[in-house]
Amino acid sequence: MKLADIADKMPLKFLCLPDDDLLDNDFTYAFASDLMSDALYLVNHDAGKTLLLTGLVNTQSLITAEMLDIKMLIYVRNKEVPQELLNLAKDKEIGIAAFAGTMFKACGLLYDFGLKEAS
Amino acid sequence: MIKTFEVKSQDFQSAGQVSSAIKKLLKQLAVPADIIRRIAVASYEAEINMIIHSLGGTIVLDIEDDNIALTFQDEGPGIKDIDLAMQPGYSTASAKAREFGFGAGMGLCNIKRMADYFHISSKENSPTVLSIGFKVIE
Ligand SMILES: Nc1ncnc2c1ncn2[C@@H]1O[C@H](COP(=O)(O)OP(=O)(O)O)[C@@H](O)[C@H]1O
Ligand SMILES: [Mg+2]
Repeated sequence: MKLADIADKMPLKFLCLPDDDLLDNDFTYAFASDLMSDALYLVNHDAGKTLLLTGLVNTQSLITAEMLDIKMLIYVRNKEVPQELLNLAKDKEIGIAAFAGTMFKACGLLYDFGLKEAS
Repeated sequence: MIKTFEVKSQDFQSAGQVSSAIKKLLKQLAVPADIIRRIAVASYEAEINMIIHSLGGTIVLDIEDDNIALTFQDEGPGIKDIDLAMQPGYSTASAKAREFGFGAGMGLCNIKRMADYFHISSKENSPTVLSIGFKVIE
């Protein structure tokens, strides 16, 4: 599903969108965790089509996305995201969006849209 | 080409900077993307281990035409039982490390899985030296 449509339906609020083309990007998979080692272990294919959802608002989640070649990070529960982190995301060309609800809600919605678990 | 990077103990603020720099460098050298990704993941886990478990040390990157090697050498305190440390889920990470998203006990086994070559040597009250290598095939 296109990021623009996902963002409309959830809804998501974009905090960093390094490239407008990302909105047209199809996302087929999602991975959700606050444990970055689990993401580093379990996301192995199609990272460019994978959304990373986490409540961990810090550089570690951003660098995890960078190492995995993940292009889009979703922070759940509308946590405050420091400007410094957004600048770093722009630098690394990784998108960041905020979702107001819980991780459970975010995953349920994405599952409903037909996204699959990252593998 | 050989490059050396410093890693400081408990320096959560800059955790990942070395792996990020390594990834950028390998991209510039046009190393195939899937190999870069395996190196990046392994390097990040190993860098984090030096920050959260060790007294600090150095990361040496050695790039040759057909092989990329990384050596992570710290100043201790070492690992008492390497077999146990290698087990998925085993972790002695601090609460602080967990707050930063680490301490799942999946690091060493993931590093081993990503690398073509893996060797770790350590004992109690000694440095830990982790050497990993990646074959580069175009
Ligand atoms: N450089 C190191 N120095 C000392 N102990 C280490 C080092 N790297 C790993 N360890 C030990 O091995 C365990 C397992 O490491 P790892 O699989 O990366 O899991 P985690 O880092 O999540 O605890 C650690 O909890 C720690 O006890
Ligand atoms: Mg670790």
